Amino acid sequence: MLRGLLLAASLPLWAQPPQPAPLRGGIEFQSGDVRALQGDPFANPGSLWVTRGAALWEQRRGESACASCHGKAETTMKGVAARYPKHDAALGRVVNLEQRINACVREKQKAPALDWESEPLLALTAYVAAQSNGTRVEIAIDGPAQSTYARGRELYFERQGQLNVACTHCHDGSWGRTLLVERISQGHPVDWPAYRLEWQSLGSLQRRLRACYFGVRAEMPPFGSPDLVALELYLAARARGLAPSVPGVRR
Amino acid sequence: MLGRIQVPPSVKKGEVFEVRVLVQHPMETGFRRDVNGATIPLNVVDRIACRIGGREVFSAELGTGIAANPYLVFTAVAETSGTVEVAWSDDRGERGVAKAELTVA
Repeated sequence: MLRGLLLAASLPLWAQPPQPAPLRGGIEFQSGDVRALQGDPFANPGSLWVTRGAALWEQRRGESACASCHGKAETTMKGVAARYPKHDAALGRVVNLEQRINACVREKQKAPALDWESEPLLALTAYVAAQSNGTRVEIAIDGPAQSTYARGRELYFERQGQLNVACTHCHDGSWGRTLLVERISQGHPVDWPAYRLEWQSLGSLQRRLRACYFGVRAEMPPFGSPDLVALELYLAARARGLAPSVPGVRR
Repeated sequence: MLGRIQVPPSVKKGEVFEVRVLVQHPMETGFRRDVNGATIPLNVVDRIACRIGGREVFSAELGTGIAANPYLVFTAVAETSGTVEVAWSDDRGERGVAKAELTVA
């Protein structure tokens, strides 16, 4: 483990630190009941948000509807979410899917930005992300995304909180083992936004990451903070090749 | 309110079939508080009923013990084809309805 950490710290930017093998999505660490719930398109409670997102897609907000520019999401949004977080040339930084949707809401629709974890933002994100089901995560970490990726990688290997552990200690070093009543996953961000039974609601990946910060008793970064986006980018790059299944269901 | 209902596309006369209902609802217990410490008032789906061709075949009064976004599965029998309609109302007086067509072969 120590050797793995030193290796990661001394790696050049373009090289990937050691990864869990084989790659396994978060749903594989859930119980049979949760897996069945996620796999059932009728009973999956997260799919209610996808249905709502489909309606919002067509609905006018401010000056236009999403569909006015993007047309049918089934074709235009296919595989898009699997490439996020991504560097946005217009905004000049790496943004996640929620931020990209909100940039459209502000700039193109001329409407007030949607709040983090609000129903419309979750619904739209889930709807757009669901169009990438069955595609593979494909993240660019070269070019302008490089520095954000480096920051995300740094955060991933940094010890945090009163428990003084880093993401890597659980998700690279101990995945598959049991923590209290949970099986520790490899920490891949596919299937998000997901319905977490504990929350009794759909929630964004950032909400889940903040829950991890809370778990190790560290200060939770605010929603949309550059650090959380950088961490999202590192996690997504780490999950390259996995196929999303949005909306996920987690305990 | 958003909800959905699922029945088999076609059943035999007198056959027992499954009706599945999923309703999007927070099911507030009345015991929770918001970030400012104020009580979030009780708001649950207090009654949900299913009718096939206008005849009530199932009804339930849900309480605070039911999780958010209630998912109900029950069985029914139909003699003739018709619309299966599930309707619910919550403590705030909001109503919702979901319908599905049932063919009895």
